[in-house]
Amino acid sequence: MRLKGRLTITALVAFLLFFAGYAALFIAPDERTMHEIQRVFYVHLPLWAAMYSALVVAFISNIGWLATRKPMWDWLAVSAVEVGVVCCTGGLITGVLWGRPAWGIWWTWDARLTTAFILWLLYVSYLLLRGLIEDPQRRATLSAVFGIFAFLDAPLVYAANRLWRTQHPAPVIFGDANSGLDPTMGKVLVACIAAMLAVMVLVLVDRYRLERLRYEVDELRLAADARAADLNSATARSPR
Amino acid sequence: MTAARAAAILLAKELRLEFRTRELLNATIVFALVVIVLFSFSFDPTAAESRRYGPGLLWIAFLFAGSLMLHPSFAREQSNQTLDALRMAPVSPFAILLGKMLANFVFLSLAEVVLVPVFAVLYNVSIAGVIGRLIVVLMLGTLGVVITGTVFSAVSAHARMRELLLPLLLLPILAPLLIAAVEATASLFAEQPSLDRTWLAFLAGFDIVFLTASWLLCDFLLEE
Amino acid sequence: MHEAPSLGISFDRVEKRFGPFVALRGVSLEILPGEFVALLGPNGAGKTTLLRIAALLMTPTSGTVSFTSASERARHAVPQPVPDGDLPKHLIGMVAHSTLLYDELTAAENLTLFAQLYGLDDIRVRVANALQACGLASRAASLVRTFSRGMRQRLAIARALLHGPRLLLLDEPAAGLDRQGLAWLGETLARLRSGGATVVMSTHARNESLDLATRAVSLSGGRVEHDSGPGGDPRPLLAALRAEA
Repeated sequence: MRLKGRLTITALVAFLLFFAGYAALFIAPDERTMHEIQRVFYVHLPLWAAMYSALVVAFISNIGWLATRKPMWDWLAVSAVEVGVVCCTGGLITGVLWGRPAWGIWWTWDARLTTAFILWLLYVSYLLLRGLIEDPQRRATLSAVFGIFAFLDAPLVYAANRLWRTQHPAPVIFGDANSGLDPTMGKVLVACIAAMLAVMVLVLVDRYRLERLRYEVDELRLAADARAADLNSATARSPR
Repeated sequence: MTAARAAAILLAKELRLEFRTRELLNATIVFALVVIVLFSFSFDPTAAESRRYGPGLLWIAFLFAGSLMLHPSFAREQSNQTLDALRMAPVSPFAILLGKMLANFVFLSLAEVVLVPVFAVLYNVSIAGVIGRLIVVLMLGTLGVVITGTVFSAVSAHARMRELLLPLLLLPILAPLLIAAVEATASLFAEQPSLDRTWLAFLAGFDIVFLTASWLLCDFLLEE
Repeated sequence: MHEAPSLGISFDRVEKRFGPFVALRGVSLEILPGEFVALLGPNGAGKTTLLRIAALLMTPTSGTVSFTSASERARHAVPQPVPDGDLPKHLIGMVAHSTLLYDELTAAENLTLFAQLYGLDDIRVRVANALQACGLASRAASLVRTFSRGMRQRLAIARALLHGPRLLLLDEPAAGLDRQGLAWLGETLARLRSGGATVVMSTHARNESLDLATRAVSLSGGRVEHDSGPGGDPRPLLAALRAEA
């Protein structure tokens, strides 16, 4: 039964999440300078991985909708963007929570953070745009166009920031994720990324289902209205 | 009819419409002036500071003014459904979009022609020696603004709260353009003015990417 | 008169939805070149939507629209389908609910603009003739903003006819016209008809131009309710209309 399948998968993901969390807290070795605070990294980086994955899915869905007009692409697009925005928010918050105790600053305008922040703004705007267009066809099409523009903008934001940094150098914070990573840390990180992606996919699929159900309800309502209209015109015609 | 010819005809129409009333142009220029003056109240522009903050100020003023000015681009066609008349004519959707982009480019450039000298005076910046190179930077930057802005004007024309939505959509997209334009302008206002080719190439790249995207997606913008 | 072929239009199970609202449900209708179709029905029946789809302003949610052409000489030949790539925009003219005119341009400027967009030649002469014909020659240099409702409607009709369309779509064209305007509309439509153009005119009230109709189709709730057919007699349906109005 489908319900059983979903419960099993949810249980598996929950287990993976539990394992990853345990690993992050207890198995991963202590970091030299930051000690316990550094463990936020095991949430922070996976959130970025999940966010970028979601946004790539959104981009593909936007193209899919414009190319095929199949509603499933629109459902996938809005689900992916919502999940992406949540991951982005998480990433930004964990970044701040990590940055302050570790390096004494709340925020820095380095290339990666700035790109993430701009992406947050862009995709929140995407969701706002969708909320402001009534007609479903038009909503799907126009938000797909905006989504494509937003995705194309992301590498440009990153490049602009990197170019700017080469002219205005500043200490690199948050370190390069892979610079001198202890092998155990690396393994824990992989587990955490896997867990986060699994959770993301689960949430994405659920959100997609919700969108599909909404669509099906609308279709049913339409069919009901059509039947009512038929009956009305049938009864209206007879007296004449 | 080629897209270029149709765009030229539509450009002439947009210019004729705007110069008859001039309401948009006037409002844009005044608004940008207000922004520039207000900024000057926020800090005391000694020569050194205005070199540092000046370019940023200038481009922010253009961006704000531009995003307000771009909104009516498509909204104006809605009162008598004139966009339908354009769409029924045997001209490509890209020609319609291009005509509006060119018109917006002209309007925003005119605003800049007024604002840059005013800015130079208010902030004691010497632009005489770099005027040619400054024009190149201004043109590439303005192109980027009108290309994306015109597309988003079409996108937001069918949404509620259009006037607020357009800047909301546009300004984050223009973040890389803002960085590039400000840096390029700053290097021109420096003690030893120089034109930074990296940023210039970046601006050109930005323009090409989004013009291409507009061309590929223009059908979707105007369809019903 | 014209060598340009007459244009017919055929709708095959056309559906159009706007979100939850269904404007057209499975409309199948074949309009042959040269017919004069009166499109009847109450408000909200789907007449405007059908016309907009015919004008290529809207694409149907499902179903297809295709054009057929028959040359002037071979009027009784089977109409040939127009290939998809050659959408005959230059052969279609529409008078819509809105005027489709720029208020801040003059009458002459409006007509000139569209003459240019349709790639016409002898623009100045054509525009002058068009203004003369619709009785607005004296106001050629006035902004449309200063025109009365009737004058705008006349100019809107002139705009639609400027490029010599072979398929004319009219959405309640008599609205706002005074007696003179109505007479001019009637003459113009009669002339178009005898020239072999196809006309589809929607109306929900009585109108002298209806006398020219060769066919009446009534829509209700997005469906075709009655159709007098290409060879049939539209008068019973039209008479019903007059009784209501």
